[in-house]
Amino acid sequence: MSSRLTSGGRFVDRGHPVTFSFNGRTLSGFEGDTLASALLANDQMLVGRSFKYHRPRGIVASGAEEPNGLVNMGEGNRFEPNQRVTTTELFDGLAARSQNHWPSLEFDIGAINTKLARFLPAGFYYKMFIHPRPLWKHVYEPFIRQSAGLGQAPKEADADTYEHFYAFCDVLVVGGGIAGLQAARVAAKSGARVILMEQTPHWGGRAPVDGGTVNGAPVDEFVEQIVSELETMPNVTMRTRMMGAGVYDHGYVLGYEQLRDNAPAKPGPRHRLWRIRAAQIVTATGAIERPLSFAGNDIPGVMLASAVRDYLVNFGVSAGDRTVIVTNNDDAYLTAFTLNHAGRTVSAILDARSPDLESPAMVQARALGIRVLAGHGIAAVKGGKRVASVEVCRQEGSGAVTEEIACDAVAMSGGWSPVVHLWSHCGGKLTWDTDQAMFRPDVDKAPTGADGAAFVTAAGSANGLMSLAETVSDADAAGKAAARAAGFTPKRTKAPVGEASEEARMEPVWLMPAQADYEHRAKAWLDYQNDVKVSDVQLAAQEGFESVEHTKRYTTLGMATDQGKLSNINGLATLAGALGAEIPQVGTTTFRPPYTPISLASIAGDARGEVFQPVRRTPMHDWHDDNGAHWEPVGQWRRPYAYLRQGETVSQAVNREVLNTRRNLGLLDASTLGKIIVKGPDAGKFMDMMYTNMMSTLKPGKCRYGLMCSENGFLIDDGVVARIDEDTFLCHTTTGGAESIHQHMEEWLQTEWWDWNVWVANVTEQYAQVAVVGPNARKVLEKLGGMDVSREALGFMEWADGEIGGFACRVYRISFSGELSYEIAVKAGQGRAFWDALTEAGAEFGAMPYGTECLHVLRAEKGFIMIGDETDGTVIPQDLGLNWAISKKKEDFLGKRAQERSHMTDPKRWKLVGLETLSGAVLPDGAYATGAGVNANGQRNVIGRVTSAYYSATLGRGIAMGLVLDGPDRMGEVLEFPGTEGATFKARIVDPVFYDKEGEKQNV
Amino acid sequence: MSEPVTAMGGVAASGGIAGIREAERQGMVTLRGDLSAPAVGKAVKSVTGMAVPGAGTFAQKDGVALCWMSPDELLVLCDYGSAEGIVQAFDAASGKAHLLAVNVSDARASFQVSGEHARDVMAKLCPVDLAPGAFGTGMFRRTRLAQVAAAIWMPSDDSFQLICFRSQAQYVFDLLSIAAQPGSEVNHLCSTG
Amino acid sequence: MLILTCPVCGVTAEETEFHAGGEAHLKRYGPGSPDEQFEEYLFMRENPRGVHFERWRHVYGCGKWFHAARCTTTLEVFGTYPAQTLEPPAGLRKTISKKRPGWIWREFS
Repeated sequence: MSSRLTSGGRFVDRGHPVTFSFNGRTLSGFEGDTLASALLANDQMLVGRSFKYHRPRGIVASGAEEPNGLVNMGEGNRFEPNQRVTTTELFDGLAARSQNHWPSLEFDIGAINTKLARFLPAGFYYKMFIHPRPLWKHVYEPFIRQSAGLGQAPKEADADTYEHFYAFCDVLVVGGGIAGLQAARVAAKSGARVILMEQTPHWGGRAPVDGGTVNGAPVDEFVEQIVSELETMPNVTMRTRMMGAGVYDHGYVLGYEQLRDNAPAKPGPRHRLWRIRAAQIVTATGAIERPLSFAGNDIPGVMLASAVRDYLVNFGVSAGDRTVIVTNNDDAYLTAFTLNHAGRTVSAILDARSPDLESPAMVQARALGIRVLAGHGIAAVKGGKRVASVEVCRQEGSGAVTEEIACDAVAMSGGWSPVVHLWSHCGGKLTWDTDQAMFRPDVDKAPTGADGAAFVTAAGSANGLMSLAETVSDADAAGKAAARAAGFTPKRTKAPVGEASEEARMEPVWLMPAQADYEHRAKAWLDYQNDVKVSDVQLAAQEGFESVEHTKRYTTLGMATDQGKLSNINGLATLAGALGAEIPQVGTTTFRPPYTPISLASIAGDARGEVFQPVRRTPMHDWHDDNGAHWEPVGQWRRPYAYLRQGETVSQAVNREVLNTRRNLGLLDASTLGKIIVKGPDAGKFMDMMYTNMMSTLKPGKCRYGLMCSENGFLIDDGVVARIDEDTFLCHTTTGGAESIHQHMEEWLQTEWWDWNVWVANVTEQYAQVAVVGPNARKVLEKLGGMDVSREALGFMEWADGEIGGFACRVYRISFSGELSYEIAVKAGQGRAFWDALTEAGAEFGAMPYGTECLHVLRAEKGFIMIGDETDGTVIPQDLGLNWAISKKKEDFLGKRAQERSHMTDPKRWKLVGLETLSGAVLPDGAYATGAGVNANGQRNVIGRVTSAYYSATLGRGIAMGLVLDGPDRMGEVLEFPGTEGATFKARIVDPVFYDKEGEKQNV
Repeated sequence: MSEPVTAMGGVAASGGIAGIREAERQGMVTLRGDLSAPAVGKAVKSVTGMAVPGAGTFAQKDGVALCWMSPDELLVLCDYGSAEGIVQAFDAASGKAHLLAVNVSDARASFQVSGEHARDVMAKLCPVDLAPGAFGTGMFRRTRLAQVAAAIWMPSDDSFQLICFRSQAQYVFDLLSIAAQPGSEVNHLCSTG
Repeated sequence: MLILTCPVCGVTAEETEFHAGGEAHLKRYGPGSPDEQFEEYLFMRENPRGVHFERWRHVYGCGKWFHAARCTTTLEVFGTYPAQTLEPPAGLRKTISKKRPGWIWREFS
């Protein structure tokens, strides 16, 4: 059984016990434990079920590479699935539940799949569910969805907060083991700004577990010494619990900092995503031990040899009382010695290397009385939910069992793979190291940055240098090289000297025993989480999946949440073997960020809830909110769609607002409309290029409605232009156009006509603007008093500066409703006060605010177009009958040449008309009119579409505008518009101006 | 007539890792003109008594500041009540220079972020190197603050002032308050020299 | 995510401060131009593997347009220069030739 030793454990504080729960069972551990070490201390070997076969799964590893120990953590609005037990720090009250089983972890009905394994080989889903097609949607897909996914999705909104942080440095070091520490030290000593991050809570990495000396002192003392030195340096930022998630273009790195996953009661954000720009990056990310592929290597109790060692040394936890060690290298012997030292039995070391190989480690093991069987391996592990024994066989051969050894744990080591992920994310290439049977960074093919130079250096075991001595000297060189590349001069210091070790060479073992039969290969797991076995990869190769990328997707090898950290090399070696190719020819799959999964919320950062997106507010926003505004988003603005009174529906409110504005007085907050000043000696010339109309002839004091087109000829914006003086124009744009039209103007001035003397300025937000609309509009202004707003003093399409009710203002006599209308601009800081003054003074004249929908109805009754309704980016002014607004005299304006293209002058372009349903109903917005015949797809031909449709309270019926083939020539004709629910609307083509065709009302 | 008000009526948030406060009414004038043209420099000098500041900086004198927005734009900061006068003074002083001066005092909102962790708070929102050696007093930077445009500068070594569009004041205030929430110290920028 | 240096204000910033604006050095053809030329201006664009010239705008900074010479495969930025030029500056072309001998982009090399 796995258990806690009576003493020891570098990280645990035995004076501080901690209580937690697993599947509802209350357990105890110590401060400093991971959830994994605490579970093992409680003999909870079984922690989950695999994805496909629901096989019992135990903890395999001790770090980020763990494929099996994934649990649902927390509850309610702090629930999170797929949390790795090996990287979860224990805290008081932690509640975890295992995943992917029903009804319980111990008794899981889904485990029947393991009996069916023969019938669920690689590609099973592709083969099984393809026919018959109709079953896919209603039978197969729901079934697969039911069984897909490991954890559960959270049901409640996340209660925590998350943030981003932009950081800059000269040298970024990822990994806080001895390599990272030494690289950071030499880089920092050069004066470079250094950020050093370590994903675990501890500095030093594996070295203190493995032992050895640096500069004659024990390695943990060396670690302490560097850490305390770095802590005093002002140019160094050190962070534990922060993972280098990804390396991106031009030295961009994401650092994922878990601020209080270990202490949920602490205040502040839960995760912080560091968005770092580094001139140079050192990846000191260490290496990961590989499993060995033998039958039953997934039974709980089979662990990586290094993990067994880690739990002993770091947490004082033993994985078993009697451990069999199986290895192809010397490193695993360290585990044997550590177990032996802790008083646990090492039943045997099965060393798969050639029987004639001799190593100092073997000698030492035998001296300790440990049995070493050279040239041997495991034929099969026996056991169900935990290891019971191993069947021993010779490595060369097909697995004839030479003996059976009873044990409760197996520590395996298939060699080590450098963590090359961060090196590879941004294009760093790898090279195959035959001696160590590993891919390591190809130092000549590093990722390159903005200047074309390399910006990543791998250091230590991440660079394929596995011994302590090599690691520290390589890290020293890497830190200095990075500092130099970042423009600093490293100090001429000697590299620390690590203790040399004498290790015999490892021998690659991709299958154990080498000639294992199918029965055994079908139980030799490569990917524990996704249930991919040696036999699956061989089958994929046999079926023609020769590319490693195809094999990955066909078998799902390496596609689980661990992204194949343990399985990839074994998998592609198996593939290479099946294809009769060399491993480097098969190559690796692509390493993509993040290194391990990061929370989606950390990616979103602050952008959630109220600040998910900027909401722009006018100066009168709060008044609207207090007075029943039913909001409508218009770009990032919020505008009142209508103001709801007690008991009113939205459409009742709109109708009331329409009638009141036509009969009495309506007030519209028009502050969002764009206001752009264009000034300069060449302003007239520029305006003539921007607008289709002739603007240069507009007289100061006058207003003119204008259209703007893109160079493609399509309508992009419209609005009223006021000429302020000889040199100056003020352009009103649509709400959405304020920024885009300002930028459009800047673009042409900067990039095409940079020699023209014109300046533009966006003054949209300087003003609050109110449209005072209706027969009583003049009365309320006269009551407030101030400037002369009579017909004589301020005629239609004129503007004037003055004062109303004591507010300095600019008044435009323009109308988008057909009524007597004044648009009045005051300083934004006085907008609310001015609005209040108008509503108060207007009360006796029946003043009511109106919203955007009323505005739409009023303009549609008058046949005025709306950008975004009548236009969709493919409509030219000529389509809308706006030829009167297109100057024939001008040689050029933006869009003029495009409007001469054959398709633009085609008489068959759909043209704007009014539409009146025969029944008086409102046409569905966007509905198409059907014509005779069908198109090539067998669909009915269409001859027009509705661009906007409303209920007109003024007329008591539905009105609409639409674009129709030969529309203006078909007045009176009735068209059919199929609706969405079987209904067909009949509508007559009419003039688009439904109300006050002569325009008398606005001109009073 | 009522006095113009700021976007948020002087809202403030304390209790976090930095103080957040809406600045008082501030006069602002946008001046467009070729800043390298001698005639423009002359007009600027005659109105403000200052030379055109260099790229990425601002100059100040007698309660008026000139902020460099681009090679053809200055932002003049002044008393709220003086803005109209400065616009008129530029119009009068322009002479042969082709200028556009316009009062934008009401178009913007302005906030102050102050305290030991002010740099950390700002660095959560702006993709700018705000380390003491890289950004300090006298500098003026237009940038992105989360999802909106902003201009930032440091009135003192532990405080920032920023300007954004008036309509975005609530968004910016909320963002700053979240970025300054208790327990969110980063201790990255204050420790470096 | 790229970092670019705005040649107008001198600020070096990450891509999120900028806005990409398509191909550089397009010549405008207006009324009176033949269809072929107008089509070329409006629709035809380079799609090179390697050296490319682009328009960018420092949208969250000084607001100015500028040009950038960039490698579309390695993302190396050879240089940025003002938008008020009709062709890539000679010095920059020389720099690119050193790094990418034999490069060709439209009529430039």
